[in-house]
Amino acid sequence: MPSLVVTESLTKRYGARVTALADLDVEVPEGVTGLVGANGAGKSTLIKILLGLLPATSGSARVLDLDVATQGQRIRELVGYMPEHDCLPPDVTATELVVHLARMSGLPTNAARERAADTLRHVGLFEERYRPVGGYSTGMKQRVKLAQALVHDPQLVLLDEPTNGLDPAGRDEMLRLIRRIGTVFGISVVVTSHLMGELERVCDHVVVIDGGRLMRSAATSTMTALTQDVVVEVTERGADVEARLAAAGVAVRRQGEVLHLVLTDDGTYDLVRDAVADLGIGLVRLQRGRQHMLDMFRDAPVGAAP
Amino acid sequence: MTVPRETGAIHDIGYRHYTGPRLGAAYIARSLTVHSLRGAFGLGRATRSKVVPFLLLAAMVVPAFVIALVVVLGGADELPLEYTSYAVRLGAVLTIFVAAQSPQAVSRDLRFRLVALYFARPISRATYVRSKLLAMSAALFGFLTAPLVVLYVGALLGELDVWDNTVGFLKGVAGAAMFAVVLASVGLAIAAWTPRRGIGVAAIVTVLTLLGGISAIVSGVAEEQGQDTLAGWAGLISPVSIVDGVQVWLLDSSAAVVAGPPGTWGGPVFALVAVALVAACYLLLMRRYRAVTDA
Repeated sequence: MPSLVVTESLTKRYGARVTALADLDVEVPEGVTGLVGANGAGKSTLIKILLGLLPATSGSARVLDLDVATQGQRIRELVGYMPEHDCLPPDVTATELVVHLARMSGLPTNAARERAADTLRHVGLFEERYRPVGGYSTGMKQRVKLAQALVHDPQLVLLDEPTNGLDPAGRDEMLRLIRRIGTVFGISVVVTSHLMGELERVCDHVVVIDGGRLMRSAATSTMTALTQDVVVEVTERGADVEARLAAAGVAVRRQGEVLHLVLTDDGTYDLVRDAVADLGIGLVRLQRGRQHMLDMFRDAPVGAAP
Repeated sequence: MTVPRETGAIHDIGYRHYTGPRLGAAYIARSLTVHSLRGAFGLGRATRSKVVPFLLLAAMVVPAFVIALVVVLGGADELPLEYTSYAVRLGAVLTIFVAAQSPQAVSRDLRFRLVALYFARPISRATYVRSKLLAMSAALFGFLTAPLVVLYVGALLGELDVWDNTVGFLKGVAGAAMFAVVLASVGLAIAAWTPRRGIGVAAIVTVLTLLGGISAIVSGVAEEQGQDTLAGWAGLISPVSIVDGVQVWLLDSSAAVVAGPPGTWGGPVFALVAVALVAACYLLLMRRYRAVTDA
């Protein structure tokens, strides 16, 4: 599979003190890629360099096989960008704004109108799109921001913290939408987040950076396969549950009434259910481990290859 | 066998890729210019955005209409003022228009950070700045030319000298173009550095009226004391009188504001200052947007 984004020894310094990116080598394949890092890890800086808006201090980067230093304009024709911050004027309707921005991407007026209507519908804005953006909820504004990134049918979209400020339901919907963009629309996605857990659900590939350095880059499947961690909490007799699961061949670790076990397939859930039912005890919690990918990175050596 | 009927379902026709043309930088620049020009008159925006520009346009045209009426009905043998001096005579209205509409053109994009979406597209800072300048200049040109057309039509209907009035009108149009470019540059440069719209409006009004006032005072005092040369140079203090000075030199009009450029070198110096002023404003705008991209 060809790489959509390739950076080599990419470094960005602001003045002498602040290093936003340090010697970063990243390859982003087709599909949905999560770019994970704490706030200030260098995600937004990387995106601005990839759009050709910010010159790198040293090193190089190519997007869609175009050089960010010299072919930024061409890159911006083929890439969509959704910024992290608010960027919508309140006094225009979503339709007017997205039509205008489609034209700013080079679409003729009629095509811009048609694409804007289609795209707004795809992100889930229907009648609302004729109302001024100022009255929208955060979720609706995020959808407008997403629509303007997609309206010119880019080959790649860069989404900077698209779930920021959303409630859990809005977050889920946004993540579903991102997955849809990558699969149904066939547009590759780079999506940043400071939350590891939410990205593993929608990404094919995850890149983790910290302090401007690459921590890890790997396909999500290889990571989750290793770390199908389930947390089970029971009301009592944790030791008996542990014994039954261990007897059935499940790798399990116990702390009081909380058990951590490794999921082999959905049968593991059945084993838990049967154990709890047979012992006649209460099941408090049955939950996929949320932090496990992050734990893995904590143990992984810096710059480890996938 | 019954088939369950879907009532009012919107069928998802799936995602369609765009295969049509993607037009280049020239189209994008043109679209942005037209969009901004319309914006300068509140077209394509909410109704309340149209109120101020059209009220001002009315304020600009009504005096011309009255003059035209007087000429037609009263049977004067020439217009009571030169076409080139109309903009200066209605300097207050002109200033308010520049002050009210320049922030519309640039502050909005900056304040709501819409510029991030522009610059993520195949549009350069230079294209953005030039399109905004062109749009604001065109808006001002229209704003200044409309009353001149009314005057000219009035003059023709009043059967004034056709040749004199045609030449005068064309000079007025040329002057309007100069006023438009210079004032648009000054207005946008100030507006871009004052992202809050209200502050932008106040800043532009203040700068233009203050400079105009200082220029008039210096010129007046100098004239009192018999220093006519200094009185002439005082015109360089204010953008409006700079353009007026260029008109005096290039279009052979009489100075409408202050004494007018002195001596042989006065005219060319005023023209040079006008060009330098526009260039400086352009560079200021470019700097402003460089800061935005790097942020």
